[in-house]
Amino acid sequence: MPTIYIDNKPYEVKSGKNLLETCLSLGFDLPYFCWHPALGSVGACRQCAVKVYKDEDDKKGRLIMSCMEPVNDKQRISVADPEASEFRANVIEWLMTNHPHDCAVCDEGGSCHLQDMTVMTGHAYRRFRYDKRTYRNQDLGPFLNHEMNRCIQCYRCVRYYRDYAGGHDLEAFASKNNVYFGRAEDGPLESEFSGNLAEICPTGVFTDKTLKQHYTRKWDLTMAPSVCQHCSLGCNTIAGERYGELRLISNRYNGEVNGYFLCDRGRFGYEFTNSEDRIRQPFIGRKPVDRTAILHEVAQAVKDGKVIGVGSPRASLQSNFALKKLVGEDHFYHGVSDNEHDLAELVIKVLKEGPARTPSLHEVEKADAVFILGEDLINTAPMLGLAVRQSVKQQPMKQVTNAHIPAWHDAAARELMQDSKGPLFIATVNTTKLDDIATQTYRAAPDEVARLGFAVANLLDPTVPPVKNLPKEIQQLAGEIAKALSEAERPVIISGASCESQSVIKAAANIAWALQKKTAQAGIVLTLPECNSLGLAMMGGHRLNSAFDCVLNGHCDTVIIMENDLYRHGKASVVNEFLMKCKKVIVFDHIVHATIEKAHMVMPAGTFAESDGTLVNNEGRAQRFFQVFEATDAVQESWRWILQLAALTGNQKITAWKNFEDLTEAIAKEEKLLAGVERVTPSAAYRVAGQKIPREPHRYSGRTAMLANISVSEPKPPVDPDSPLSYTMEGFRGLPPSSVIPFFWSPGWNSVQSVNKYQDEVGASLRGGDPGLRLIEPHLNGRAPYFTQIPEIFTPMKDHLWTVPLHHIFGSEELSVRGDAIAKRAPGHYVMINVDDAVQLKLAEGQNFEFEIEGQPYRLPVTISTSIPRGVAGLPYGLPGLPFVDLPAWAIFKK
Amino acid sequence: MDNRLLTMDITETNMFSIIQSMWLTFLHMFHKRETIQYPEEKVKLTTRWRGRIVLTRDPDMGERCVGCYLCAAACPVDCISLQATEDEHGRRYPEFFRINFSRCIFCGYCEEACPTYAIQLIPDFEMGEYNRQNLVYEKKDLLIDGQGKYPGYNYYKVAGLAIGGKDKGEAEHESPPVDVKSLLP
Repeated sequence: MPTIYIDNKPYEVKSGKNLLETCLSLGFDLPYFCWHPALGSVGACRQCAVKVYKDEDDKKGRLIMSCMEPVNDKQRISVADPEASEFRANVIEWLMTNHPHDCAVCDEGGSCHLQDMTVMTGHAYRRFRYDKRTYRNQDLGPFLNHEMNRCIQCYRCVRYYRDYAGGHDLEAFASKNNVYFGRAEDGPLESEFSGNLAEICPTGVFTDKTLKQHYTRKWDLTMAPSVCQHCSLGCNTIAGERYGELRLISNRYNGEVNGYFLCDRGRFGYEFTNSEDRIRQPFIGRKPVDRTAILHEVAQAVKDGKVIGVGSPRASLQSNFALKKLVGEDHFYHGVSDNEHDLAELVIKVLKEGPARTPSLHEVEKADAVFILGEDLINTAPMLGLAVRQSVKQQPMKQVTNAHIPAWHDAAARELMQDSKGPLFIATVNTTKLDDIATQTYRAAPDEVARLGFAVANLLDPTVPPVKNLPKEIQQLAGEIAKALSEAERPVIISGASCESQSVIKAAANIAWALQKKTAQAGIVLTLPECNSLGLAMMGGHRLNSAFDCVLNGHCDTVIIMENDLYRHGKASVVNEFLMKCKKVIVFDHIVHATIEKAHMVMPAGTFAESDGTLVNNEGRAQRFFQVFEATDAVQESWRWILQLAALTGNQKITAWKNFEDLTEAIAKEEKLLAGVERVTPSAAYRVAGQKIPREPHRYSGRTAMLANISVSEPKPPVDPDSPLSYTMEGFRGLPPSSVIPFFWSPGWNSVQSVNKYQDEVGASLRGGDPGLRLIEPHLNGRAPYFTQIPEIFTPMKDHLWTVPLHHIFGSEELSVRGDAIAKRAPGHYVMINVDDAVQLKLAEGQNFEFEIEGQPYRLPVTISTSIPRGVAGLPYGLPGLPFVDLPAWAIFKK
Repeated sequence: MDNRLLTMDITETNMFSIIQSMWLTFLHMFHKRETIQYPEEKVKLTTRWRGRIVLTRDPDMGERCVGCYLCAAACPVDCISLQATEDEHGRRYPEFFRINFSRCIFCGYCEEACPTYAIQLIPDFEMGEYNRQNLVYEKKDLLIDGQGKYPGYNYYKVAGLAIGGKDKGEAEHESPPVDVKSLLP
């Protein structure tokens, strides 16, 4: 480890880094703009100047940009040097000559990197007397607000948007002093990761438009560590509340999972929590009742009836487990379609019994060859798509390393790499938004995708059965893929549940296992439909259809449905019949949906913001989300309702559990696959120096006024019995353990950039290790037998179309689409067919097409595509108002 | 301590001092009176007196408060609570603005923090109430129809934000918006 001298004090530092990140890791406050740990250095803003000295005798030194200077042994630098400080202050002053007098009306204010840096350099008074440059803004859609006057031309936005996230529609226009960042014309930013611009932009050019609807400064938010609920990846978020409503989702750095970024569904999907459709009162029939009345009524129904419980893949482990225990193991059903039930079980089998490990998102970024089977990642697991986008830079990066260019030297590295990309193969039904970086793409029906996968596996390991009747060009493609994968050091195979095909996942598993024989680091990533799909599957329970049968055959008459809209998981006619047949339908949920409409009793459950819970993501990582605020009305967690119910029904076992912790310990003890889940976060009794960790920043305002309109006597703040966090601003102000960090803030660093202070070193893991606990590890010594059922060649059927689901980042997920911003970006209903099929059926674009899938009639406008294979139709998954059918299935149409 | 002082008899040393005090008191009968007949007679307060808090308007009679939350953040007793919102033309204003005067210590930090001269402490202390709840002032109680102590200032004239009636480039010290399609020097 080299030693460098900063202001004549020696420090042991890591080699291969630049001086800026080294100084920041050591805790120095050095201002910067254009540099970002995920984007590297370009040396554009000239802000991070320090002095470098030739040797001990050099008293004069020279100014350099610390972000562009690698660390060298025995290097002598000075941060505090007056000339360097003055240089930095001057740069800020120049940057500020055009910056508007906007802080009071700017949403960035209070969490603004430019404010922080300006204060840091000491620039306080405007000397420049001339006119300020102005720009016109653009309408960038429902997610982001644009205020170009505030721009300081650091280029971070386009570097992130284009180079990192692969977007095309944000550009730098005009020249010299007039450079403009925006789109060629008004319109929503196309990238699914555009929301990160609000955090990437060091000032207020791009700000969160949903936050603007109910604007609150960072210092006024009550914040808690949370986990995104909108896909199976489990990105870490910080959720902020004010005046009893959730107002902001921002990134919570987790070096293993989401790093510095979130997708737009995750960032803006929170709006459903404030929806007018929220259930805030218990109901019996249509009549609102109070807490005791509903508890007694439901307890009576549970005592009288033969009860079954339907769990949910979007509810926490605690809620599902509590329900399972309330109704009894044999009466607990997973509230997912049979196909998704089987897929989730298959995923566990693959991850647990196979030798290939499932890498984290961070490890996927470092993969040097990727093969995607059947997944349209940007729409099903967006952040995984972003990770894959980084992975194609890994192989060209070797060239950069060979040329002795450090990896952080972004401009030079990109210049050398040009357009070269590492191997990425995508085999899916339809086009994906990663096709632009793919080495090869392959469009085919799921069975054909699986066949390609089996062929690749066979080439990697001849003990995998060969695929019969494989066309020559597919064999050739398989050869190419097998070659690229076997040459890689860290190949990753990605597949998942979104094309609803077991064969595809099995093929992916075969490839990963075959590869694992050659390269120990080969990994397999499998995505799942919802945030806790894997957790639910790990808990065990029966299929939803057996629940239907159970009631329809008269074995049971009362059903408790928890946080689940059955109409999204079962065919409408069957669910109707099921709910009609039930004597009592009891539903716990937080938002009105079709199942609620049919319920006899409704209990208002908390959303993630009003609940504590644990989720298991697709990696098998158990992660805890914390309650952000205490709901003022009857809303509470499903598991808490069940604990209270159990006391009334006389369930001895559940009555013994008093709080979140007891429940979590019971899960760890009783569920074999979930052992260890109680260790995810420190216990509720955890204190630092006798203090809890405050959810509110020390500058939280309005405590004695915000409720004064109701009563001038302030109420006692709510007590949190379930976590080491407090609902107030009093408590420990230092660095909390990584899993309970409610917000990032450090003296002088009010913006999100303060995360630097919470990391071991800049861009690495959080201090004390990244949060979350992996519950699934591969069976390293075991050799799970390869899957041998190779599907037959897909042959289109006359008057039929093989219908597969097409996922949409905005629209396919149940909860996020209930918010305004996401709903605005959701597509309309459609059915996608191949252009040749369209010609044959004499259908034009937009024309209505009538067909039937398993008795469910559809009449949808046609979207014609050249990429979807012949004989296959694509039906959007989960769009509101589109009747559910368990896909894939044959669509029958009348000519 | 000098022990002599403790034992000294008052009569032998301080007779003169008592007479002097009585004389001074007597003289005060002929001085100008400091006591005023409040409430019939009002107290004269200087303009900088830190009393009741008001929200003022700019010279165009628009609300000066832009809902920036700085007053609330500066308040040491956290007695200011507000919610920012904006009109259809992008002008920001508080949706509600509440001060709990039963907590206010009249320190004036809110006025110092205010970047728009909206919140001002005025020379008025007559706020006594029998019911503490009545000390909670809402925007309708706070907003006055004038500029208060700082006439002439209009924040939106210096801010870069475009609002109704003021487009980009029309504020003070602003050049017209850049034509981004031009590459001319």
